Amino acid sequence: MSKFLKRSAQGGNVPHEKRTSNLETVAMPLPSKIVLSMSQHIGAPAALAVAKGDQVYVGTVVGKAGGFVSSDIHSGVSGTVDSIITITAPNGAPQTAVVIIPDGEQKVDPAVAPPQVNDLKSFQDAVRASGLVGLGGAGFPAAVKLAPKNLDEIDTLIINGAECEPYITSDNRCFLEDSQFILDGIQAVMKYLEIPKCIIGIEGNKPEAIAKMKEMATQGIEVKELPCRYPQGAEKVLIENCTGREVPFPGLPSDVGVIVMNVTSVAFVGKYLKTGMPLVTKRLTVDGDIIKEPKNVEVVIGTPVQELMDFCGGFTDEPGKVLYGGPMMGTCIADLSQPILKNNNAVLAFSRKMAQLPKPSNCIHCGRCTNACPLGLSAKEIVQAYNVGNVDLLIELNADLCMSCGTCSFVCPAKRHLAPSIALAKIMMKNGGKK
Amino acid sequence: MANKLIVTAAPHITSADTTAKIMQRVCLALAPTLVASVLIFGMNALILTAITVAACVFFEWGYCKLMGRENPTGDFSAVVTGLLLAFNLPASMPWWMPVVGAFIAIVIIKQLFGGLGYNFANPAIVGRIALALGFTGKMTSYVFPQAPEGLDVLASATPLAAAGELGSNSYVTLLLGTHGGVLGETCAITILVGGLYLIATKVISPMIPVAYLGSVAVLSLCFGMDPVVQLLSGGLLLGAFFMATDYVTSPTTDKGKLVFGVCLGLITMLIRRFGSMAEGVSFSILLMNLLVPYIDMLTRQDKLGIAKVKKGGEAK
Repeated sequence: MSKFLKRSAQGGNVPHEKRTSNLETVAMPLPSKIVLSMSQHIGAPAALAVAKGDQVYVGTVVGKAGGFVSSDIHSGVSGTVDSIITITAPNGAPQTAVVIIPDGEQKVDPAVAPPQVNDLKSFQDAVRASGLVGLGGAGFPAAVKLAPKNLDEIDTLIINGAECEPYITSDNRCFLEDSQFILDGIQAVMKYLEIPKCIIGIEGNKPEAIAKMKEMATQGIEVKELPCRYPQGAEKVLIENCTGREVPFPGLPSDVGVIVMNVTSVAFVGKYLKTGMPLVTKRLTVDGDIIKEPKNVEVVIGTPVQELMDFCGGFTDEPGKVLYGGPMMGTCIADLSQPILKNNNAVLAFSRKMAQLPKPSNCIHCGRCTNACPLGLSAKEIVQAYNVGNVDLLIELNADLCMSCGTCSFVCPAKRHLAPSIALAKIMMKNGGKK
Repeated sequence: MANKLIVTAAPHITSADTTAKIMQRVCLALAPTLVASVLIFGMNALILTAITVAACVFFEWGYCKLMGRENPTGDFSAVVTGLLLAFNLPASMPWWMPVVGAFIAIVIIKQLFGGLGYNFANPAIVGRIALALGFTGKMTSYVFPQAPEGLDVLASATPLAAAGELGSNSYVTLLLGTHGGVLGETCAITILVGGLYLIATKVISPMIPVAYLGSVAVLSLCFGMDPVVQLLSGGLLLGAFFMATDYVTSPTTDKGKLVFGVCLGLITMLIRRFGSMAEGVSFSILLMNLLVPYIDMLTRQDKLGIAKVKKGGEAK
């Protein structure tokens, strides 16, 4: 049966114009302090490895991975540990954080050296030591991803360069500025994991990036231009569009022989193998209607958002919302003292006017949410089932498949907050019926 | 306090489309047909339409006022109902009758069930059926066109002799709508223009009209009837593009819309071929409206990764 009868999955007509695409990355000067959260990844928080008053250098480990699914945290400055504090993460959870005052000398830790890599094991160890987490936004420890249980069944590496969120252009800049590192990273992953094929998926609104990658691609690497359609960069959507394979639920990309890495992650792998410098800086897009000078900025991880905003000329109007990430899936931060995290790819600031969402009205059953959902879910039915507490129906509707891409909320003409309700429905399913 | 940042769950942007904009587009799509009806049936068509729309909006506003609910008339849905109901009336209708129809459509069918989005059937269809059953004589005394000057010229310019051989319902008169009928269903051309506009602006998906009209064409061939006459006469086009596609009372998935459209065609043709009333389109839409929740339940989309697990499970 033709695909459109099966699942229309039209996605959302999310705006794709990006005004920072052509802005070269600029390095931000050292901030007055950095705040390193011990929980910048999915999994167990890192364990403190420094104490108040300790001298640290660029690349010094300040947090040791707290388990298998966890990651080391490194300092991006040389200086002294000022204090160990508790900060409130955007999701409301208290987290331990290390505050470091830079001394401005940026002395590199003597332990930083290019890793000795000659086989799979040493490659995985190197990635683990680098502190790399999924830089596309998920923050999943890369070393875990690169050690799938069924390694011999993996036949395709997909590089996610879709960058389908509005505003964000840091991946585009990565393609243009770090092309060689991307290629080195891809070749290393293909070599040590023995993956014969790599597909670089890039949305068509980045013609320069596509041209550059096509020009550089070597044996086994294919560059695929993808339609500009949100959420093109969602892992399962990307895999389906690049290989035609459907990731089973519940399951992982490795179940269909695929590993997906974000382009910035793979570029970091390439760079790390050359320099041995762990993940201590990050390229970010700073944009939004009230940002005076939108920029792509390379910033030390842990920099307070306030100082980053100041570097971009500050606000032209009173800020209403400040986001980590894009406007579709990004997280609001409650105050500007929050630090930049490893997995941030943008900081966006919006005026109070843009921050106000329109008032929701009655559902008119237009079906746009259903036909837009990239996974084929029916948002309106899930929300109805949630409102009446019908967990059996939620299970039948596979509400837990939802990845919170927000497309349903975006397309809803009645402006209903569908995606947040589905997130609550998922919690209800887990709790067996309790809201 | 003033400097506090707003914290909400993602997404933080929404599309520019709103319920009101969609309804306004439907009104715009109906406008050519209104113009055609005035040209064909005279000023009475405009007056009847104005009365019906005004009555619908008034009842919507009045009921919500009485119930202490927010005024919903800004969403334009009552205007759409009013236009569609008026398009289902013959031009000779006494002016008070559409007010009764509007009351049934807006208060009984729509607001008593909870307002926009909660009605089980298309309000305009039920309004039409109630009037057709209550005032059968008035509702079926189809007025023939007054042949205003402009149209007269047009008619004489066409090869009337050839058309005349086909009888009064020649293809040309069917397309132009210069024949007896209710206000908004006679002029096929303007309805098609409006329907295509709705499809082009993605207000409606082509699935329901295509499935509905397609099945009518196929079935009329099977029954030995002229498919072109079947497609162009009666309220079929208006029903297929504007009434059957009402969001609230039609299925949401493509699969569901296909089933819905084909069933509509089947019921319409059965009524036209074997029934005694000239209400094939209205009754088929009403009947199918009632089945929409079940069609929706049975025609959900395949979810990414879910079907595969099931198939794999069976194979094991």
